[in-house]
Amino acid sequence: MLILNCPYCGVETDETDLHAGGQAHLKREGPGSSDDDFEDYLFMRENPKGVHFERWRHVYGCGKWFHAARCTSTLEVFGTYPAQTLEPPQEICDKISQKRPGWSWGTFK
Amino acid sequence: MSNAISALQGRMTPGEVTIREAGLRGMIILRGDLGNKKLRSVCKTVSGVSFPEQGHANCIDERGLCWMSPDELLVMVPYGEVADAIVKIDKALKGQHYLAENVSDARALIMVEGSYSREVLAKLAPADLHPDSFQPGDFRRTRLGQVAAAFWMQDEDTFEVICFRSVAEYAFDLLAASAKSGPVGHFS
Amino acid sequence: MSTRLPKLGRLINKDKAVDFSFNGKHLRGFEGDTLASALLANDQMLVGRSFKYHRPRGVVASGAEEPNGLVNLGKGAKFEPNARVTTTELFDGLTATSQNHWPSLEFDVGAINSHLSRFMPAGFYYKMFMYPRSFWKHVYEPFIRKAAGLGKAPKDRDQDAYEHFHTHVDVLVVGGGIAGLAAAHAAGERGARVLLVEQTADWGGRAVVDTPQIDGIPAQDWIKNTVEALDKMKNVDIRLRCMGAGVYDHGYTLAYERLTDHAPDQEGPRHRLWRIRAKQIVTATGAIERPLSFAANDLPGVLLASAVRDYAVNFGVSVGDRTVVVTNNDDAYRTAITLKQAGLDVPAIVDARTKAEGDLINQARALGIRVEMGKGIAKVKGGKRVTGVAICAQAGAGAVLEEIDCDCVAMSGGWSPVVHLWSHCGGKLNWDADQVMFRPDPERAPTGADGEPFVITAGIANGHLFTAEAVSDGWAAGRAAAKAAGHTKRGAQAPMGEDAAEGQISPVWLMPQGASHDLRAKAWLDFQNDVKVSDVQLAAQEGFESVEHAKRYTTLGMATDQGKLSNINGLAILSQSLNADIPNVGTTTFRPPYTPISMASIAGVAKDDLFQPIRKTPISDWSNDNGADNEPVGQWRRPYAYVLQGESVHDAVNREVTNTRENLGLLDASTLGKLIVKGPDAGKFLDMMYTNMMSTLPVGKCRYGLMCSENGFLMDDGVVVRMAEDTWLCHTTTGGAESIHAHMEDWLQCEWWDWKVYVANVTEQYAQIAVVGPNARKLLRKLGGMDVSAEALPFMQWREGKIGDFDARVFRISFSGELSYEIAVPAGQGLAFWTALMDAGKQFGIMPYGTETLHILRAEKGFIMIGDETDGTVIPQDLNLQWALSKKKEDYLGKRAHSRSHMADPNRWKLVGLETEDGSVLPDGSYAIASGTNANGQGNTQGRVTSTYYSATLERGIAMGLVHNGPDRMGEVLEFNKVDGTTVRAKIVDPVFYDKEGEKQNV
Repeated sequence: MLILNCPYCGVETDETDLHAGGQAHLKREGPGSSDDDFEDYLFMRENPKGVHFERWRHVYGCGKWFHAARCTSTLEVFGTYPAQTLEPPQEICDKISQKRPGWSWGTFK
Repeated sequence: MSNAISALQGRMTPGEVTIREAGLRGMIILRGDLGNKKLRSVCKTVSGVSFPEQGHANCIDERGLCWMSPDELLVMVPYGEVADAIVKIDKALKGQHYLAENVSDARALIMVEGSYSREVLAKLAPADLHPDSFQPGDFRRTRLGQVAAAFWMQDEDTFEVICFRSVAEYAFDLLAASAKSGPVGHFS
Repeated sequence: MSTRLPKLGRLINKDKAVDFSFNGKHLRGFEGDTLASALLANDQMLVGRSFKYHRPRGVVASGAEEPNGLVNLGKGAKFEPNARVTTTELFDGLTATSQNHWPSLEFDVGAINSHLSRFMPAGFYYKMFMYPRSFWKHVYEPFIRKAAGLGKAPKDRDQDAYEHFHTHVDVLVVGGGIAGLAAAHAAGERGARVLLVEQTADWGGRAVVDTPQIDGIPAQDWIKNTVEALDKMKNVDIRLRCMGAGVYDHGYTLAYERLTDHAPDQEGPRHRLWRIRAKQIVTATGAIERPLSFAANDLPGVLLASAVRDYAVNFGVSVGDRTVVVTNNDDAYRTAITLKQAGLDVPAIVDARTKAEGDLINQARALGIRVEMGKGIAKVKGGKRVTGVAICAQAGAGAVLEEIDCDCVAMSGGWSPVVHLWSHCGGKLNWDADQVMFRPDPERAPTGADGEPFVITAGIANGHLFTAEAVSDGWAAGRAAAKAAGHTKRGAQAPMGEDAAEGQISPVWLMPQGASHDLRAKAWLDFQNDVKVSDVQLAAQEGFESVEHAKRYTTLGMATDQGKLSNINGLAILSQSLNADIPNVGTTTFRPPYTPISMASIAGVAKDDLFQPIRKTPISDWSNDNGADNEPVGQWRRPYAYVLQGESVHDAVNREVTNTRENLGLLDASTLGKLIVKGPDAGKFLDMMYTNMMSTLPVGKCRYGLMCSENGFLMDDGVVVRMAEDTWLCHTTTGGAESIHAHMEDWLQCEWWDWKVYVANVTEQYAQIAVVGPNARKLLRKLGGMDVSAEALPFMQWREGKIGDFDARVFRISFSGELSYEIAVPAGQGLAFWTALMDAGKQFGIMPYGTETLHILRAEKGFIMIGDETDGTVIPQDLNLQWALSKKKEDYLGKRAHSRSHMADPNRWKLVGLETEDGSVLPDGSYAIASGTNANGQGNTQGRVTSTYYSATLERGIAMGLVHNGPDRMGEVLEFNKVDGTTVRAKIVDPVFYDKEGEKQNV
């Protein structure tokens, strides 16, 4: 049972107060996109053993979506940040680099 | 209207910790820029309390302001004053991007009153309710058993709990069962 | 025989007798007894039968590790199977019966299995029940089911109360022995918020029995002082009868508090499940003594040496008059010394070590106890209890040197730290060859959310078997845990313990070392599951080399044992068989809970009426008082029909359908979702959410809208209302209120966060009532208020105003094909409004109707229902809803997906109406049969039924379904399968069965 810090409420939230929303930082493909790009957007997902970026909603709390950078193997949480961004904050990337040198995820390093 | 009734019409289960439905309470969802001066000012005007910080509720009797999220506030006024309050808000925020909706009838308000009320809540909610962590002025949206709820403290022995109207009976019975099974003796 | 000792018994109150019964026999114990100690005091050595061979079984241990003493406890609503006698505190009136035998404990027919044991080796079930395959279901499964499981399931409803409790602490200490007490004290002194839990009813763990000195005073006094000090600390909570059950991710821990098991008449909940969030956890869980593997070590009267000592010291019970101690370490000498000092006979200490020296050995010798070094037990003699032992050389093959009469054997194979809680969340172990044990590796502790260790293990659980180490290790662990949780206040010095000097333990996995197959086939590793040394060896021989495979093949350490007694001995035998080192073989996985916890404690308060939330509309109570036959719709209970006296549900539905079509019906539609969408970009946003255009909807008007997921599949539908220039009201399905709200928030927060739109879910703010039927307008006119004429309020428009005295929003929309108004009033006035409508509607023939009538009315009109016509694989085109897919919009959710090849495939099944030739009702979900078979040999299909009803209006069955090329095949007859294997013929027709021109709703 995870604890994640809701970046909006500032409280440590129990996993039972949260709703998991799958992979973060998907780029939406709309009309006009190629079949391959659209398929990637709909179905293809990262499945790493290690650093991962996920969407979570504080569903029993403020109702806001946030992102979590987490290690799927040790469950270490590198940080949480509001969902209104196209990429993880630099300080979280730096923290991951410190703890998991040489990491990469999608286009992020 | 005179024929308006609250979800549980004042139901009460007395005991060392008493569970009591508080009856009708005026509640307004206000979504908008909480940093906006006009918004803060009209909230103070209609509620008569100071603007709450993140995670806090300022409540006096039937009036209060509760911090729901970074762009949402719960404004509480006596039930009969809601329409006026919304008119005031609409007037003050004219031309701005905001949403103010009357949700008085969508909710139920339940009082948990007595010596181990803190433990009654801790039986049902995963929030940290230790006296060092949760005090009057704090506001928490979380889970109560299997439903969403929010609560704050009037004083050391009194919690006010809000939930959706449709589950008022469930929430009330949960609280009553937890009160009935007695204190845990953990927080005292 | 086993009996009471006059002087010992620190836990019992000999002035207070307690009556109880076992297998109907009335027996007497004392306050403070466990059921185990009371049974032994009454010379009840036999407590049960083993699982596979039905061998006679007696108590082996004195604590949670007991494998044999599992009994049925209580009767009726208090009945509980598999209660462990060693952890069941005695109370007046306790009734227990033994398990796993027939017809009686003393004479058990199943014991024949024991003689057949040669034919029931490891993996017996897998080998025996393989062939022939036709026997699986009707021969083998019933047989295995009959044999499976310990105890009996309770038959009556549990009358006790249970609860959960959530708490967040800095330091959770599990285990109330000296290490745990020291840890709690050290952490408490430093200002941390501490919870200390101890599974038994008594503080101090082993130290109270073995009585070393701590800080210059007897352990017992030190424990009392420490408990008093902890009691006084406001930041420390200490709890007896509370077991740390499991450690989970990020410091989540479950503890299981048994509040009234020992006092069933006491008020309050029986069990409390603690759901703890701990920043740091100290596991001071002690150690469990290992049995030794020698022939017939499973006979009643063979106990762990520490248990024999516990029964004597704690409960004043001598297990036997003459006890042979067999050991490979010094600790068991304590048992011999204790018994001797209590005036009992100890004919010999059989020590497998060739040589050992220490204070305890000297003391035993000084008491005149015969010590035999380098010897082992060849076999234990006796039937239902021990009558003697045959002694042999440990180094040999079991040639008997001497037989010694005795009625108790106290065995000790050394101690295994209880590493369960350490291991639950990933803590790793090291093999300590000197101490012959697995112990936690502090370098590989479980890590938490911050990537740092959150479990510290302390004392004996950490491999510190001696008092001085254990108590100071506990203290250090408490201090370290407090510090890691951010508390650094200075505290007192660590307590100092003293120990006797002890000799080195020697690993002994089989006794004697070269035991013959006959002896090995009688040397038990797992008493509960009847796994012997020979079984594990066979498993290894047959290729089950992984410890996890060997466990499952042999059932070693399954059921309640979970590796407590059998694990290390079993894997040592396995490693020998594989010629591998013990650490390379490893242990099986330790999984929570540490010992079984009650199912009811997991449910907590969630039973009976509180099992799940039942949502109620403002009208629900009225409906329930007026014949509602409810159906679940999510957590709502909606009236399926309002059944009058003397009427069947089916009759009621037909009456409601006819009355609504002919007169006037009233539907509680309050559960429909109502979402307010407001802001300068709200129109643009809704154009993305819905497939059709919502931004162009004029204020005052309503429009039916469809929502697709990004995959293109239909997810919801409903009427969208333009409230004001920047405000829309979106009606969703009942099930969609929360999910569509969440869906909208998701897109607003995560994709278009710069769009100025706010959404509010106001579903429960309003009671919404559909007034439906030819007399609808007459009723509203009678109540007075706003003008509801066709001119003032045309179809698909809405107005706000008064209906009678009520503030109302009136939507002229219809899901029935009738003249229909959906009226929303504040929920607090919902009941008053409903009753006002009912009263005023009498003269117009008003009747409430339920969801089944709603379904039939919409099906007669060919309206689709999300969840019936759609199932997550259906797109609007399948339902002939192309008209609702905007061609003007560049983009909306699902648009791109609709151009994927499979979505645009002309061969998709499409919506049609279906009429059986004989007028009967098609079975729900039935398939239309096509010729030929598919690749799997299954019959081909060409369509399926999505909605099917009896239409009272048309007096025949009507249905809708998705059929291959359906709309092009009007008039064609298909065959649909029925549950009984026959088929029914149905004609493809237009899905609009009634009032095709829509004249009735447009008046």
